[in-house]
Amino acid sequence: MSLRRPAKDQPESFEFNASSLEAAKVIVTKYPEGKQQSAVMALLYIAQKQNNNWIPLAAMKYIAKFLDMPYIKVYEVATFYTMYNLAPVGKYFVQVCTTTPCMIRGANKLVEACKEKISENECELSNDKSCSWMEVECLGACVNAPMMQINDDYYEDLDKQKTLDILDKILNGETPKPGSYRGRVNNEPENNRKTLMDLKNA
Amino acid sequence: MLKDQDRIFQNLYNDKGSDVSSSQERGDWVNTKEITDKGRDWIINEIKESQLRGRGGAGFPTGLKWSFAPKEVGSRPHYLVINGDESEPGTCKDRDILRFEPHKLIEGCLIASYAVQAHVCYIYIRGEYFVDGQKLQVAIDEAYEKKLLGKNAAGTGWDLDIYIHYGAGAYICGEETALLESIEGKKGQPRLKPPFPALIGLYGCPTIINNVETIAVVPTILRRGGKWFASLGREKNTGTKIFCISGNVNNPCNVEEEMNIPLKELIEVHAGGVIGGWDNLQAVIPGGSSMPLIPKEKCETLTMDFDSLMAEKSGLGTAGIVVINKDQDIIKCMARIARFYKHESCGQCTPCREGSGWMWRMLERMAKGDATKDEVEMLGDVTNQIAGHTICAFGEGSSWPVQGLLRHFKKEIEKRNNLDPIVQKKNNIPYLVDQHLLDKKNA
Repeated sequence: MSLRRPAKDQPESFEFNASSLEAAKVIVTKYPEGKQQSAVMALLYIAQKQNNNWIPLAAMKYIAKFLDMPYIKVYEVATFYTMYNLAPVGKYFVQVCTTTPCMIRGANKLVEACKEKISENECELSNDKSCSWMEVECLGACVNAPMMQINDDYYEDLDKQKTLDILDKILNGETPKPGSYRGRVNNEPENNRKTLMDLKNA
Repeated sequence: MLKDQDRIFQNLYNDKGSDVSSSQERGDWVNTKEITDKGRDWIINEIKESQLRGRGGAGFPTGLKWSFAPKEVGSRPHYLVINGDESEPGTCKDRDILRFEPHKLIEGCLIASYAVQAHVCYIYIRGEYFVDGQKLQVAIDEAYEKKLLGKNAAGTGWDLDIYIHYGAGAYICGEETALLESIEGKKGQPRLKPPFPALIGLYGCPTIINNVETIAVVPTILRRGGKWFASLGREKNTGTKIFCISGNVNNPCNVEEEMNIPLKELIEVHAGGVIGGWDNLQAVIPGGSSMPLIPKEKCETLTMDFDSLMAEKSGLGTAGIVVINKDQDIIKCMARIARFYKHESCGQCTPCREGSGWMWRMLERMAKGDATKDEVEMLGDVTNQIAGHTICAFGEGSSWPVQGLLRHFKKEIEKRNNLDPIVQKKNNIPYLVDQHLLDKKNA
C-alpha cells in the first residue's frame, strides 16, 4: 500500500466552473439512474484539472454533495488511487517509471536527470514552482523503456541527455513533443521488422 | 513463423490508419449482421470450438465464461465489461489495440454484448492511458456516427452503448471484481468469489468481464471460423497472441505470433537478440512480472503457451516477456518487482498488505548482502504465508516472482548473504532481536 496524505494548506472552498459543471453532468449520464456514485472517479479528475493538478478536501466535499454520497466515500476513493494528487504539484508533473523493465534499461539515469534539473527530492517543486517529479510504478510502455509521463503525455525511448533536453524545455515553459525520442511511430522492432511486410511497403 | 495472412491485428504497427474506413478495408464491420444472425448459441459454440483462452493472464476459456451468463434476461440487466487496466510490468499490448485497432475491439464488444445479452458495455482503461483512451473515444464516436453503435447497431437489431471508464493508477483494478468496485465508484478492493460476476457483478447484475485482446480477436475468429483459430498453436493453447518483448534485447517490440512459438525464436528473430549475445542471457520473465522467472538453460527449448510454461512452474500470464541479461543484478531486479507489489497491494488482506512489504525489505537487504543465512529460508516461508491466503490472486502474483528467484537463484543469494550475526560482529543490524548478544564482549 502507498501512504497518501492530503496537503496541510487547504483552500476554504471549491466549486466547479461552468465548463467543469457541464462535463460533470455529461459523465453522470453514462451510468444507470441511481448509480451516480460511479462518476466519482471522473469528477475527481475534472476537479484536479480545474484546480492546477491537485485535489483539495473542499473539492471532495463538493463532489460528495454533487453526487449525493457520503464525503468519506469520496475521500476513500481520492486517497486510494495514486493518480489523484492530494497536494500541489507542478504545472508540469513529471512521472518517471522505474519498475523492472524500465530499470534494467537505465531508468535511474532519468531519475538523476530529474534530480539535477527539477529538485533534489521527489514531489518537491522546482525553484520556479512550475515543475515537480516523482517515481511511479509501471506505466505500461515497457517496449519503449525507459520512459516518463509529463501530464497526460508519454515520452518514450529516452536516455539521460534526451531527458535533460526535455526538462530544459518544460522549465522554459514550452511543451516538448510527446512520443518516442528515437523516432518510433509504433512498437515494431526497429530496423528488424519481419512481419506484415506487404503492408509496410504498400 | 506465422503467415502474415493469419495475423489478426493487421494494423498492429499502424501502417494503414485506425479510422473506420481503413478498418473496413481490413475486414472489420463487413458482415457483422450475418454473424449475429446465426444466433447466440452458434457464436458461443464457435468460440468454444476455437478454444480461445482469456488473454488477460489467467487463461480462462472464453466460450465457457460467456455460457455462464443467464440464458434469459431477468429483472436485472446484463453488462459487458472490458478490462483495459493493463498495468502488469512488461505488458503493453492492449495499448496498441486501443490506439491502432480500436474498431476490432468495438466490433468485438458488439458481438460479445449480443452473445451475453448486454445493452451496455463499459471499457475500463487505466488512467495513464488517457491519450490512448481518447483515441478509442474518437473511434467510438465514429462508430456512433456510422450507426455501428447505438440503436440497432450495425443493422444487427441489437442496441448497444459503449462507455469508457478511466481508472486512476491502481494495478489491483485489473482484478475483475476490483474493477467492478472501481466502476461502482469505490476503492478498488476485490470481492470474495463466489458469487461470480457472471451472476452477481456490476451493480449486482450479471456481468461478463473480458480482456481487451480477448474481445478484439472475437470478430476475426467468427469470420474465419473456430476451426481456423484452433488449427494455430496446439491443443488447448490455440490461436495467436501479441507478445511484448522488453528488457535487455536489441529491438524491444510487440509482435503477434502463434501460440507455442519457441521463446528463443521470439527473442532472436523478432527482438534482435539479447544485448551482448545469447550467452549473456541470465533469465527471462515469461509472462509479466507476476510469473516466476525462467533461467537461461531452460530458455533454449521453452515454448510459449499456457500449459508448457505451467509445466516449468511459471505461466504465460499476459505474455509480457522481460529479458534480463548478465549485466543486471537479478536480486535487485526482483527486489524492484517486490517493491511494485508492496506499492500496489490494496491493503484488504493482512498477509498481502504486510507480506508484500516484508518481501521487499528482505530482498533489498539481500541485494546488498545484509541478510543472514537463515533469512533465505524465511523469505520462502513468507511467500508461502501469502500465496493462497488472500481474497484475490494478487497474493500469488506477488509471491511467485520471489519463489521463482529462490528456486533458480538460491545459490546466488546464499553466496552474497552469509552474515552470521552471533559469531561475527560485522554489522549493526537494527531488526535483529538478539542484538543484545552482539553487544556483549567476547560474544
